Amino acid sequence: MQLSELRGHKQYADRAFSVLAVAAAGVVLLVLGMIAITMTRRAWPAFGTEFFSSTRWSAAEGIFGALPFIWGTLYTAAIAIVIAVPISLGVALFVTQVAPPWLKTPMVYLMDLLAVVPSVVFGLWGVLVLANHFGLGRSFLTAGIILAVMIVPIITSLSREVIETTPASEKEAALALGATRWEMINASVLPHSKGGLVGAVMLGLGRAMGETIAAALVIGSAIGQITMNPFAPGNSMPAVIANEWGEADQPHKAALIALAVTLFVITIGVNLLATSIVQRSMKRSRGA
Amino acid sequence: MLKTIAVSGLALLCFAGCSKKKDDTGGGSSVAPTKDDKTAPAEPTAAGGGLSLNASGSTFQKPYQEAAIEAFTKANPTVKINYGGGGSGKGRQDLADQVVDFAGADSPYKDADLAKNKGGDVLYFPVLLGAITLSYNLDGVDKLQLSPTTVAKIFQRDIKKWNDKEIAADNPDAKLPDAEIVVAHRSDGSGTTDNFTKYLDKAAKDAWKLKSGSTVEWPAETQAGNGNAGVAQIVKSTKGAIGYVDLSDAKASGLKYAQVKNQAGKFVEPTTDSASAAGDGIDVKDNLLFSALDPKGDAAYPITYQSWVIVYAKQTNPTKGAALKSYIKYLVTDGQAQLKPLDFAALPKSLADKAVAQLDKIQVQ
Repeated sequence: MQLSELRGHKQYADRAFSVLAVAAAGVVLLVLGMIAITMTRRAWPAFGTEFFSSTRWSAAEGIFGALPFIWGTLYTAAIAIVIAVPISLGVALFVTQVAPPWLKTPMVYLMDLLAVVPSVVFGLWGVLVLANHFGLGRSFLTAGIILAVMIVPIITSLSREVIETTPASEKEAALALGATRWEMINASVLPHSKGGLVGAVMLGLGRAMGETIAAALVIGSAIGQITMNPFAPGNSMPAVIANEWGEADQPHKAALIALAVTLFVITIGVNLLATSIVQRSMKRSRGA
Repeated sequence: MLKTIAVSGLALLCFAGCSKKKDDTGGGSSVAPTKDDKTAPAEPTAAGGGLSLNASGSTFQKPYQEAAIEAFTKANPTVKINYGGGGSGKGRQDLADQVVDFAGADSPYKDADLAKNKGGDVLYFPVLLGAITLSYNLDGVDKLQLSPTTVAKIFQRDIKKWNDKEIAADNPDAKLPDAEIVVAHRSDGSGTTDNFTKYLDKAAKDAWKLKSGSTVEWPAETQAGNGNAGVAQIVKSTKGAIGYVDLSDAKASGLKYAQVKNQAGKFVEPTTDSASAAGDGIDVKDNLLFSALDPKGDAAYPITYQSWVIVYAKQTNPTKGAALKSYIKYLVTDGQAQLKPLDFAALPKSLADKAVAQLDKIQVQ
């Protein structure tokens, strides 16, 4: 085979690959844009001052205030983060810095296994065990705990990978200066991986806010509850959509789509924030 | 080979772009392309020796649909029928968009939405009646009688104790405990909730303040369960609980349920017979729409509701239309015998006859 022939073939392959890559990237953007446009269009009639101010949600009267559900989403996600972050970081540090090698592999394996349990299984466990057996009832707290269990594996595995990128030289430098294990973690591991850890937590937060079926099962489906009491039944945006969609007529349907758009915007906002925090801290650590 | 990859990549792009275009026209009035979309996939199946009818909608009538489909397709092995459930609202929407061949629904289209139906006029065929029980969990009280006003006050938390004097007035012989009432309702949007609240809106209109709908603003200190089974589970596991549960789920969970005072002033227990009796005392419109709630008649159980099968009057696919017609005929005639074992009530004779007569209005072209 001639060299030129070979080259021509290769250029052809390169071009095909780049077309394919651009197409794939384009599809992603297109789908995202389409979701935003079509959903907003259908939700448009429901958006109004009432949607973000009213605490009532009455299909019979056509009053749709999303505030209680926005509250429920943020509150349960906050409970989940408060519970999940210390556990996740603890596990990640234990696995990477403390655990002997024979324990490390099975622990990593188990955490990853937890991540693939379908959310409906967590939800049912929440209903049967937490709500009924332990008597927590269906409430913000029950939902928060279930969400925490669901996001621990995500935050843990991301944190573990971030922490493992800490250069051995930095850790050894700290140890050589006479640092204890905790001082070494505090002085070299945490500063090095701060950005990544924040990103991991934010991704967990995004998952917790969007979780639908497990939340729908355990949150209690109360209408119009805005309260700090964690034992009160509440409701979250994805849970309301899942529960009410099947029997909804207009304008109820438009209001549910408006909830979806709101959720979409909030989760995108959280992710953008996460990215910018990660980038800023990366820049800082590079500068230092 | 590489060319095909590139082409398929472009095709993928086009696919996404095209589906957006289609979506944009979806709100408009262009009927022709959708019609093609709908009938096109059916042809190959018909050619393949079988024919399939797709449906979605009311979960209330789903057990009956499943039993009827099994019996009907055994007798007509070339026909395949899928009834997807998903709720009455979904069924109505799917039929409006022509993604299904028929829909099951516990309440009809709103007048304003009828114009959006892409296939023109629709026909309603009533298929069954069913009772909504007031199931409760109270030790030592095996017979409970409730009047509509008391029910309304219990469910909106005006009455909070079982020994309240209004409950006692309905039950002179019962020993009512000094226990807190726990109200259980549906967490999901539901035709059962819609009909239960409609009933209270009608029979206890002076007391009931929560209006009616597939979801209503229940007071905060109540409990919500998913589906009839979810409410039944709460009632079963909570002392002092009361909830509205359809008869078959209440029976399946072994719950006790109250006798409810009907329009004639009699306390009636929910059974398939008392629900059928409710069907005798109702006014049916020419298009076979009616409400079985709060009917006349001494033996009628007042919280009785109904479910329809909805189809388009004009059927564009002849083989499909014919199969649909014979299936609906089965539902309103021979199939009715299957209802009682499922704890549903059969249509009263007069109504079933009207449904059969209406079959002629299905135009198969």
